[in-house]
Amino acid sequence: MSRPLLRIRGLRKGYGSRLVLRSIDLDVAEHEVVCLIGGSGSGKSTLLRCVDLLDVVDDGTVHLGDSELTDPRLDPDVARRRIGIVFQAYNLFPHLSVIDNITLAPRRVHGVPRGKAEATAHELLARLGLADKAHEHPDRLSGGQQQRAAIARALATEPELLLFDEITSALDPELVGEVLDVVADLKQRGLTLLMATHEMDFARRVADRVCFLENGVIVEQGPAEQVLTAPREQATRRFLARALDRA
Amino acid sequence: MDISKTTPQPDPTAQPGPAAESGPAAESGPAVPAAPIPPARPAASPDGADLPYRPSDHERARQRYRRARKRRHTWVSTLCTLAALLALGAAAVASPGWERVDSLFFDGAELRAAFPELLRGFWLNVQMFLVAEVLILVLGLLIALVRVTRAPGLQPLRLAATVYVDVFRGVPTLLLVFLVGFGLPALQLQGTPSEPWVLGVIALVLSYTAYVAEVFRAGLNSIHPAQRNAARALGLGERQTLRFVVLPQAVRNVLPPLLNDFIALQKDTALVAVLGPLEALRAAQIKADYDFNYTPYLGAALLFIAVTIPLTRFADRLQRRTDRRTWAEAAR
Repeated sequence: MSRPLLRIRGLRKGYGSRLVLRSIDLDVAEHEVVCLIGGSGSGKSTLLRCVDLLDVVDDGTVHLGDSELTDPRLDPDVARRRIGIVFQAYNLFPHLSVIDNITLAPRRVHGVPRGKAEATAHELLARLGLADKAHEHPDRLSGGQQQRAAIARALATEPELLLFDEITSALDPELVGEVLDVVADLKQRGLTLLMATHEMDFARRVADRVCFLENGVIVEQGPAEQVLTAPREQATRRFLARALDRA
Repeated sequence: MDISKTTPQPDPTAQPGPAAESGPAAESGPAVPAAPIPPARPAASPDGADLPYRPSDHERARQRYRRARKRRHTWVSTLCTLAALLALGAAAVASPGWERVDSLFFDGAELRAAFPELLRGFWLNVQMFLVAEVLILVLGLLIALVRVTRAPGLQPLRLAATVYVDVFRGVPTLLLVFLVGFGLPALQLQGTPSEPWVLGVIALVLSYTAYVAEVFRAGLNSIHPAQRNAARALGLGERQTLRFVVLPQAVRNVLPPLLNDFIALQKDTALVAVLGPLEALRAAQIKADYDFNYTPYLGAALLFIAVTIPLTRFADRLQRRTDRRTWAEAAR
């Protein structure tokens, strides 16, 4: 395999006096699906936010392809165009219809003509089972539908890397499945995914690799099957016992 | 409280809501297992709203009770209101000075005689209001935008905007009308307007723009940072995020308070009377002084009320709509 698409080295990030990420080293290869697991407050979301430059790192580097995202001379807007992110709380734009949510970035950032952008958006919506919701406003959709619309919005700009931040955590249990099916489909299509998740079963099903975060470092990482069923580290075993207990 | 008013009204044109679609009804057929009627034909809507349904006797008794209670409440409130009005009227008429007040303030012939003059004057109030409102909206929004953006080149403008808002929100509007109305022409600069109503509009714009800029700024700051993040994450720049994501939502949120400011502005156009243009208050003043009767003032007040009350109701409706939306979002 050639050089990984995303390379994180020595990433450090705190908020005030609270250190969240102590030193993170992580590679994500092209077409790879990597799941981040760990208790709440273990820094999964912070890591994703640092990669998308929504937070400024305290130390370390993040490389995407050939460019260093953490270089302050780099225009963050240009860097973010190459990355898509989906949030736990969907964060759709409530004043725009679903189709306008999806076409906003292609039209305004990438200069795609309206007709073409909408055609792409309709294709995406059809794929995600939202064909009839294109002209609804987000508040008329269920949580699962909103989250699928948010995924469509992130996909519309054809990002090289997708970041999913606990995208099923705000959903009712019966709606989780419809969103996870979409993610499995994205893996089939060869997208590169870095996702924070609490869904251990799902992680086992789709992840090429699972990373367990605790106390600001990646304690253990490896193939999903190995980390989730035969963890090497004591901390991972403790976490999984608790997580599976809950489920 | 009337329960029937708070229950959501079924909207036949509405799409099935998220709750209805995701509820057990979607998976397991009709939501009411007790209903003995088997669905003769498949339901066209997933929530089964088009299946035959007859309210139970229990529900009909409940509705009868609610209707009766509502009728009772209507009667009681009507009677109480009438009684209160009668008491107030009797107290006024029975007071020792009533005859004098009646002839000084409620002179029908005087009102009829003054009305055309008042109406002509009020038209000037409306014109001043309209011109001022457009200017205030544009300038207020510009100042608010200058204050919330972080472009380093705009620092001097940002400072000026802050000082302007601080100063002009602190000065009484009437004082501004005096200052602009008498001070500006006294400078004897080339091209300064001398029309009193124009000077009055300038003073009102100076005063209200400061308020409206703050309303806009509050609206811009009220948009959740997650919305900004979502826009930035899509690659939108700061200006694009403001224009396409933050501003449209902010303007919607501040429509009700903006409208309140405009109701106040509509009334405050009467302050320009001190500069002498023949608007409603000034016209009333002239007529009242001439006839030694205050009824023209009452006429002017009625004209203002005729505009402000519908505007206030409209603002209330907007506010309720905004509240509903906010609650709906908070409930998610």
